[in-house]
Amino acid sequence: MNAYVVTVATLVAIQSIVACGLNVVVGYAGQISLGHAAFFGIGAYASALLTTKAGLTFWTALPLVIAITGLVGLLLGIPSLRVRDDFLAITTIGINFIVEAVFLYVPFFGGALGIGGIPRVTFFHVKMKGLPYLYLCLAFLALVLLVCRWFTRSWAGLACFALREDETAAASMGISPVRFKLLAFVLGTAMAGLGGALYAHFMRFISAGDFSFPVSVMLLSMVVLGGMGTLWGPTLGAVILVSLPELFRPLLEIRFLIYTLLLLLMIRFQPGGLLGEASLVRRVFSRLMPGKEAPR
Amino acid sequence: MLLEVNRLEISYGDVRAVHGADFAVAEGELVSIIGANGAGKTSILNGIMGLVPVRNGTVRFRGREITAMPAHRRAHEGIRLVPERARVFPRLSVYENLLTGAYGLRKKIPLEERLRWLYGLFPILEERRDQPAQTLSGGEQQQLAIARALISDPKLLLVDEVSMGLMPKLVDQVFDLLQSLNRDHGLTILLVEQNARASLEISHRAYVLETGSVVMEGPADDLLDDPKIQRAYLGLVEEEVERRQ
Ligand SMILES: Nc1ncnc2c1ncn2[C@@H]1O[C@H](COP(=O)(O)OP(=O)(O)O)[C@@H](O)[C@H]1O
Ligand SMILES: [Mg+2]
Repeated sequence: MNAYVVTVATLVAIQSIVACGLNVVVGYAGQISLGHAAFFGIGAYASALLTTKAGLTFWTALPLVIAITGLVGLLLGIPSLRVRDDFLAITTIGINFIVEAVFLYVPFFGGALGIGGIPRVTFFHVKMKGLPYLYLCLAFLALVLLVCRWFTRSWAGLACFALREDETAAASMGISPVRFKLLAFVLGTAMAGLGGALYAHFMRFISAGDFSFPVSVMLLSMVVLGGMGTLWGPTLGAVILVSLPELFRPLLEIRFLIYTLLLLLMIRFQPGGLLGEASLVRRVFSRLMPGKEAPR
Repeated sequence: MLLEVNRLEISYGDVRAVHGADFAVAEGELVSIIGANGAGKTSILNGIMGLVPVRNGTVRFRGREITAMPAHRRAHEGIRLVPERARVFPRLSVYENLLTGAYGLRKKIPLEERLRWLYGLFPILEERRDQPAQTLSGGEQQQLAIARALISDPKLLLVDEVSMGLMPKLVDQVFDLLQSLNRDHGLTILLVEQNARASLEISHRAYVLETGSVVMEGPADDLLDDPKIQRAYLGLVEEEVERRQ
């Protein structure tokens, strides 16, 4: 594989991890979030700071990074998730802008210059770059997918699904809406934190703009395109949305426009996403391979 | 008294849906609240379940005041609601819908045994086990909503207009089932209904609700014989009412 393909594939793997986290919030618990890039950024900045300023290694920093991101998710989630659904979109956009502004204007976070000199990840004294780093990201993606699969089969997952379907009915079954929305939010933001750490040590230089609102829109587009609430949807969405603009370079300039347009078109014509129930892909798949089911 | 409701008031903005309703349900009773469309029946059940804020008055369950308790905690206390129009979780399978009813009770109830009992009561649910609930017919969804509430072995079952939209044959079946759950299994039930006859026939006692207030109460048999009830709620014409006196 040439270096360029490896670079794009690594980005796809990282974005998949972050999109899987967003899927827990949006697809499993039914809570719209337009600020997921904020948590992606918190993970990246936390890992960058812990390794450049506090002298930790990627591996010793990682549990802290995930805990910090999850904790910030919890603190921001408590007030946000109490508001009505339609306000949540606006609240999460607000979170994204505030977090980005903090990175940009607070000197501790490097200001407009961002943070550079982030060390590469080492694994048994070997510096990981290129193909090995791609494998590392894919291994973490596999882990995230396993956690998602486990979650959808657990009681907590069932409680989230019930909330997504009908909050009032779920509450009268004994399911605490606040508790399970928060649980999904913390799990989703922790995954974003993991993705952020992998991103920081891949780019080795990060700045506030990497985690701006358009990135949140892109992440949501991935989830919606692939199929909200499915297991493989966010990954499929990431593959398509990261690689397409790379294949058609001129599209890079108007990427944000494409994401937004795609989001609206999908919601209008294929709300279940590519891998959702009764989607075009599922119908074609079942025609080509009768008796077999397309992955979810 | 298992459930005691005093001077209950429920409003939606300026709309006063319930004003000053008093009623009670004892353990082992089957009580119904009958009333026309818009009388406030659903509001009352939602107030007991904790799904709408109570403006004034108190709700006591097993002697404890629960007026301000959130809905999910009331569910843990043993109150379960079969909501108006069933409100099953549309994209979850029939089996998953049933499991949601047992949420948090994994260690307290013998799950497999309860499922087997429910599949015995509602064989269609076992047949449709893995189908999304939205693919069920209206009657099947009502059965699922009842089963989902029953799986937890509630202390008080609130039933909101199960007869709505069901074929007459199915209405009879569902009411027979509610009666047998009450008489044979000792389940305490509070039923609200527009279908006054069917619900009075299986109830011990009943309350008549008009524009948010209780206007009459008594043993169900007495209400069935009451000329006013016969005219207003049982659809009898004048000659029939006189013939029955
Ligand atoms: N969410 C709501 N917002 C405003 N008014 C409502 C709402 N729900 C019910 N109402 C009003 O409250 C009154 C009682 O309604 P409801 O409790 O649904 O009666 P019932 O179940 O007996 O038909 C009606 O006048 C109805 O229009
Ligand atoms: Mg009603």
